[in-house]
Amino acid sequence: METQQDLSAEITAMGDAYARALKDGAPAETQPRLDYAPYRSSILRHPTKSLHHADPETIELYSPAFGHQDVHALEADLTIQHNGEPQSERIIVAGKVLDGDGRPVAGQLVEIWQANASGRYIHKRDQHPAPLDPNFTGVGRCITGPDGSYRFTTIKPGAYPWKNHVNAWRPAHIHFSMFGTEFTQRIVTQMYFPGDQLFPLDPIYQSIVDQDARDRLVASYDHNLTEPEWALGYNWDIVLTGSKRTWTENEALGAAGDEE
Amino acid sequence: MSTPTKLVPTPGQTVGPFYGYALPFEKDNELLAPGSPGSLRLQGTVYDGAGETIPDAILEIWQPDADGKIVQQTGSLVRDGYTFTGWGRASVGHSGVYTFTTVNPGPTGQVPGKPAAAPFISVAVFARGLMNRLFTRVYLPENKEALATDPLLSSLDPERRKTLIARRDPDGGLTWDVRLQGEGETVFLDFQ
Ligand SMILES: [Fe+3]
Repeated sequence: METQQDLSAEITAMGDAYARALKDGAPAETQPRLDYAPYRSSILRHPTKSLHHADPETIELYSPAFGHQDVHALEADLTIQHNGEPQSERIIVAGKVLDGDGRPVAGQLVEIWQANASGRYIHKRDQHPAPLDPNFTGVGRCITGPDGSYRFTTIKPGAYPWKNHVNAWRPAHIHFSMFGTEFTQRIVTQMYFPGDQLFPLDPIYQSIVDQDARDRLVASYDHNLTEPEWALGYNWDIVLTGSKRTWTENEALGAAGDEE
Repeated sequence: MSTPTKLVPTPGQTVGPFYGYALPFEKDNELLAPGSPGSLRLQGTVYDGAGETIPDAILEIWQPDADGKIVQQTGSLVRDGYTFTGWGRASVGHSGVYTFTTVNPGPTGQVPGKPAAAPFISVAVFARGLMNRLFTRVYLPENKEALATDPLLSSLDPERRKTLIARRDPDGGLTWDVRLQGEGETVFLDFQ
């Protein structure tokens, strides 16, 4: 079976080729490559034809509306969903959801999921022999504020092994799912923690071949978010793709979702 | 108003295999109650490049109501069984099959003097092994005239165009498969 060395060689080769292309004037890539063989599961799951350019029409220029009836305020705190407190470093993860023009995305749904401190998900297919935490499900939701802000209280997730190759480990991460003001801005991604030693080894993180683009997935430690005697704070802002709709002034103020 | 600043978008990442306790929710795939007037089943299978079904994909649809109205109703996550919110989410099962209960999308955005636009459902596809979500559309098979003049469909060659048009089942339902790769590869869209 393939080792980390084999995979790292592939990752390095693709990174070097990208660096040369950049030097020769190719535009910087901002998204992961759909065709990224070091992530073995992508080999049969990426389209081979290039994406077809389309102008968004009608329904695509709007987003589904979510409101406070959809999400309870307590769902933003992943540490209070059980009788006891989950194990691990308590953290606050907060930031803003902005569209490509810098406008806040207000009143929209943010969903997160993550492994526990031992790097284990509550999921039947997670075979990592690390302990489950009876006080942690690892699932949270919130609705963004008028300024596009979101805020979760959770715990620091652990790194976990996976079956891509021998000794494959995912850097610690939190999965994020977000909506914009238009359905074409829909995004699912992963937030990472600064300084993780596993970054160069991870085919999923490295599927974004551009370093500046990769950096956009890494939260920064923020002492202003840290709460004394309570939790460390991490800041991470999400920028969606640019909007295609002609905005009226009212919409630009952020009118999605209900008010409460 | 101040001039907006152009920001570089955050990269997407695969949904991974472990979204099971996070993304699915009760009645996530029922845009309205099964059996209610006008409801129909939209179903299909998700395939990889080897023609194998994909058991760990998740689909979202977003569509106008039967009258072509784009609704802005909250309550998708906690459905009351009466309010059509236009949005739903379906995890595929072990056999790679997804199912939604919804309505035929009505025609939206008709410009006077122009032929009626071909109604479609907007779809986002997520899967383990898929590095970023993919967007596509499902068109209704009827109204051939509108399909022929639709700007997106008419920009595709006939073989590829077929992948965006659902089949009508005898019971009024719709069948539409997703092929991520290979023969009959679904047309996926780039809006940037
Ligand atoms: Fe994960």
